[in-house]
This record gives sequence, structure tokens and C-alpha cells, in this order.
Amino acid sequence: MAVDTAVDHGAEAAGPGSNIHPMDQFIVTPLFGEGEVAWYTLTNVTLWMAITVLCIFALLVLGTRGRAIVPTRTQSVAELAYGFVYKMVEDVTGREGLKYFPYIMTLFMFIVFANFLGLLPMAFTTTSHIAVTAVLALAVFITVTVIGFVKNGSAFLGLFWVSSAPLALRPVLAIIELISYFVRPVSHSIRLAGNLMAGHAVIKVFAGFAISAVIAPLSILAITAVYGLEVLVAFIQAYVFTILTCVYLKDALHPHH
Amino acid sequence: MAKDIVLAQVEGQPDLDALIVTEDGAAIGVTEGGEAVVLVDDHAEAPGMPQLNFETFPNQIFWLVVTLAAIYYLLSRVALPRIGAVLAERQGTITNDIAAAEDLRQKADEAEKAYDKALADARAESQRIAAEGRAEVQRDLDKAIAKADADIAARTAESEKEIAAIRDEAAASVEQVAREAAEEIVRVLGGNPEDADLESAVSERMRGVRV
Repeated sequence: MAVDTAVDHGAEAAGPGSNIHPMDQFIVTPLFGEGEVAWYTLTNVTLWMAITVLCIFALLVLGTRGRAIVPTRTQSVAELAYGFVYKMVEDVTGREGLKYFPYIMTLFMFIVFANFLGLLPMAFTTTSHIAVTAVLALAVFITVTVIGFVKNGSAFLGLFWVSSAPLALRPVLAIIELISYFVRPVSHSIRLAGNLMAGHAVIKVFAGFAISAVIAPLSILAITAVYGLEVLVAFIQAYVFTILTCVYLKDALHPHH
Repeated sequence: MAKDIVLAQVEGQPDLDALIVTEDGAAIGVTEGGEAVVLVDDHAEAPGMPQLNFETFPNQIFWLVVTLAAIYYLLSRVALPRIGAVLAERQGTITNDIAAAEDLRQKADEAEKAYDKALADARAESQRIAAEGRAEVQRDLDKAIAKADADIAARTAESEKEIAAIRDEAAASVEQVAREAAEEIVRVLGGNPEDADLESAVSERMRGVRV
């Protein structure tokens, strides 16, 4: 009893609005017991990434096990996803980019499922963490850079030398291009994590306001609206991440402007 | 980090009987009198963004790599080849079906053409037969008409001959009668009927009568 009061005291002492913790949903906690989060600890990250893998398995492997010429509903969704990414890769990078289709499909499926699973109540959104999106973006950045140099050799540097610009401008443009090239992984990762984090936090803030009975209806309305927006954002951000990957890959395969 | 703070503060509180660390990270000390004192409230002190808690980075990165490897394995070994094969097979089936449909349509066209041709042939044949029949009939008819004409002409000729004969006969009879009558008249008048003048006289007179 006395302890409870003390905790309340502590919360109140932290100031008004401290019962709204919009960022708590992003805390990485161990699944079993307490303590430090070591690199191997089973955490909520592990749980929700495992669920992501299971969902992808259910859709793309179990859903297509019939191999039907006339597809079932699940199989058509799987084929739709396949066709969507395949066409994106083919349209943006051309036929030689199709070699990297499984890699890009992996990225897309992971992000889109992580985003949508994160929208479930009580869920943990793995893609809202910079650690996750930065690894994804860096993997793309490093892979694309390596492919660029392997495929084109030093001609890959032509990407920074805008040969269509006047000669005097080219060194300046080269510096800008170089900076923009290295900013790519930053914007690539922060765009995804930022969008998801902001949306989820906003929902939590509105949910916190619902404590007051007067504001609750308005709050619920706002949550519904933001949630609808977030469903859109979940897909669009996965799409944006994937298509930017394709664009970067295209730059690596065809570095000349 | 949190633990150190807890210990430091516990050391600073001489009268603590027990220390409770709650699940949400608050540390509460219980004094001898049973009163609770909040030592650390993680909520109040938590960094603004769990995203920037670098302690969890290795964990997240490790599980992300595991997850991506698992998804990549699933996709590249099972899902993508399978879906690709299904799509290719479907495309093949559709192409085959379209080709078969095209084939069948061509056959139908051919059959229709053959039917039209047979119909045209039959019509031409029937027309030919009809024309032939008509020609034959015409020929027979012509032959019959010619025959009839010839017949008619022959009969007409015969009749004319008969009529001429009858007329000659009649003329001869008239001459005979005229001579006999003249002989009789001459005899009655007391002449000699055997006289040759009579004969020539009658013939002379009869010349004008003859047609």
C-alpha cells in the first residue's frame, strides 16, 4: 500500500503529463527476467522479428505450397508481392538488376511485415529503431558501392563527375554529389525509423490524453485517424525504402548520368 | 548505470530497511518505520528515446542479421523459385491456350471456307446440270420442231402435187367435155366430127380457160 503511494508520488514529482510515456513502447526489454540486454539476449526485438519471419513464411512458403495454376487467395497475395517487387527491380535497374531481386525482396518483405506487425496493439515495432534501419541502409550502401566498383572499376567514380554540366561547375558538383552519396544511408535509415517512431508516438500521446473523460472521444477519433495514416505509412515507407534501394543499385550498375 | 545510482543513494540513506526495485525500473527504499521512499524513478530519468540507448544496439543488430538471413534463405531457396516457376508455368499455359485457340479458330475458318466452297461448287454444279438439261431439252425440241417442219413441208408438197394433179385432171376433163360437146354440136349441125379442125379449134379455145 505504502509502496504504491510512493510510486504515484514519484510519478507526480516528475511533473504533469508524466503518465504519458509515448516512448516506452520502443524500449528493448528481455523476454525472460530482468537485467542487462546482451547481444544474445532474447528480447521483444527477437520475438517480433521471429513473428515477422513466421508471417513471411506463412505467406510466401505455406501460401504457395499448392503451386496452383489458378491461385488460391493467399497464393495470389504472394504472387502479387513477388510481381510488385520484381517489376520494381526490373523497371528501375533493368534486366541486369534482377540478379539482386532476392536480396531486395528480402528487404521489402521484412520492412513491410515489421511495419504492419508494429501496428498491432501491444506490438513492438522493430523498424522504428535506428539500429535496425541503419543496418539495413548500411548493408544497401556498402553492397551497392562494392557492386559499383566491381562492375565498373574506377569508372564508377563517373557517378560524381557530371559530364553534362559545364566544366567549371563539375568540381563543385562532384563535391555535392559525393556528400549526397554519403548522406544516402543516413537519410535512407532515418526516413524509415523516423516515420514509424513518430506515428506510433503520436498515437500513444493521444492515448494518454484519453485518461480525461472529456477529451477521450476526441482522442479516440484522433487515434483512429492517425492509425489510418500509419497503415498507409507502413506500406509507403517499405515501398520507398525498396525503390530507393533499386535506384542506388541502378546508379551502381549504370554510373553514367 | 541505474544500479550504481541505486547503490549510491542507498548508501546515502542510513535508515533503509529494504530495497525494492520495481519492474518498470523504479527503486524504492523502505525505511524502518515502514515508509517508502522513492530513490530512483527510471520513468522520470529515462532518456528521451530508447532508440538512442546504445546498450541495446548489439542485441538488435544481432537479431536483425539472424532474421534477414532466415528470410533470405526462405525466399531464395523456397519461395521465390516456387513463385517464379508457378508464374512461368501459368504464362506458358496461357500462351499455349491462346495458341490452341488460335489454331482452333484457324481450323474453324478453314472449315467454313471449305463449307462455302462446297456450297458454291454444289450451286455451280446444279446450275451446270440445269443448263445442260435445258440445252438438251432445247436440242430435242429443236429436233422435233425441225422434224415437224420437214413433215409439214413434205405433206404440203404432196398435197400441192395432188391438188395440181386434180387440177390437171379437171382441166383435161373440161377439155374432153368441151370436145365431146363440140363434136355433138357439129354432128347435130350436120358436120363431120372426125374433121381435124375441130380438135385444134377446141384446143385453141381451151387455152384461155387454162390456168
